[in-house]
Amino acid sequence: MAKKPRIKVPKKAKAGQIIQIKTLYAHNMETGLRKDKKTGKIIPRMIINNFVCSFNGKEIFSATIHPAVAANPYFAFFAKVTESGTFDFAWTDDAGKKVPAQAKITVS
Amino acid sequence: MTHAKYLKRAAGFLGLTALLVACASGKDEMLLSGYDYAIAETQAMQDDDIDNPAFIFYDIGEDQWSKVDGDAGKSCAECHGADGSSLKGVSISYPKYNEEDGKLRAIQDEINNCRTKRMKAKAWKWESDNMLGMAIFVKKQSRGMPLNVSIAGKAAPFYEKGKAFYNERRGGLDLACKHCHTDYAGMHIRANVLTSGLPNGFPTYRLKWQKPGSLHRRFRGCNTNVRSEPYKQGSDEYTNLELYLSHRANGLPNETPSVRN
Repeated sequence: MAKKPRIKVPKKAKAGQIIQIKTLYAHNMETGLRKDKKTGKIIPRMIINNFVCSFNGKEIFSATIHPAVAANPYFAFFAKVTESGTFDFAWTDDAGKKVPAQAKITVS
Repeated sequence: MTHAKYLKRAAGFLGLTALLVACASGKDEMLLSGYDYAIAETQAMQDDDIDNPAFIFYDIGEDQWSKVDGDAGKSCAECHGADGSSLKGVSISYPKYNEEDGKLRAIQDEINNCRTKRMKAKAWKWESDNMLGMAIFVKKQSRGMPLNVSIAGKAAPFYEKGKAFYNERRGGLDLACKHCHTDYAGMHIRANVLTSGLPNGFPTYRLKWQKPGSLHRRFRGCNTNVRSEPYKQGSDEYTNLELYLSHRANGLPNETPSVRN
């Protein structure tokens, strides 16, 4: 599967405006409950277990994800912006691999 | 307030007139894209690239684009450029007659031709994730451009075959494609709205499938529903039909990857 997260953050906003942020990360989200049809062995769990979004270094949204979440986890949430800055996103999987992404916003 | 209302109404009339003029000046019939038949929620899903689930497959295609495969040690990007923008406007003229094969080639055939002949790699299966991804990636380059399929010259007999297929009754229900998609477009078939059956958004993410699918998969579904034996994906019959339908949709924008229900 593709490894590039998809993010949608408006480029510009007015101070105090509430904006919507959409993120999608393409991931199989292997639950650890499925068996390999040929060998009968359990396929080890490999999911994204944590998602964090921070703005200018301050955490604004985070989620702990469990195996019940379907493949390609999609998060949409709202944030109130008061100043220009950078949104930092990070997805962490069970192997501890962290996939970061960034998006900038200009507030006028 | 009343002024605003009046203005709105006037604008409405103008829009209606424009539509009528468009109808009159166009082909013998004004066909609508499947997008216009979809409900607002589905349309919104297609309009937003984040909400559009087909873009996961677009990413697969993008990955495969620069991936070296086969004995020739080449990737698509080596010949066609790193970002695929060189293929802008290519897919809108497919399916196309090919001298080498002596028959039509859909975009999937063209991809596999490149893979087997130039890259010396294994051909992809028609409905595999990689093939769907690559077809979406290639067609997305010409998103918004009007379909422009030619049926002149050597493509003409294939067009006639496709047309015959479209108008031919088949299956236990004894229905031809045209009985639903020409005669009853816009009406309901059980809970679904019948569209004009145009291929301008394929491969499309179909909510029922929970996955993008090729046009030929859609044909198979339709054929099975009228209790007939479906052909294989990539078969000549379906490629001919694809030509007929693509020509029918000429002028409509290419929407790939679209979302349909």
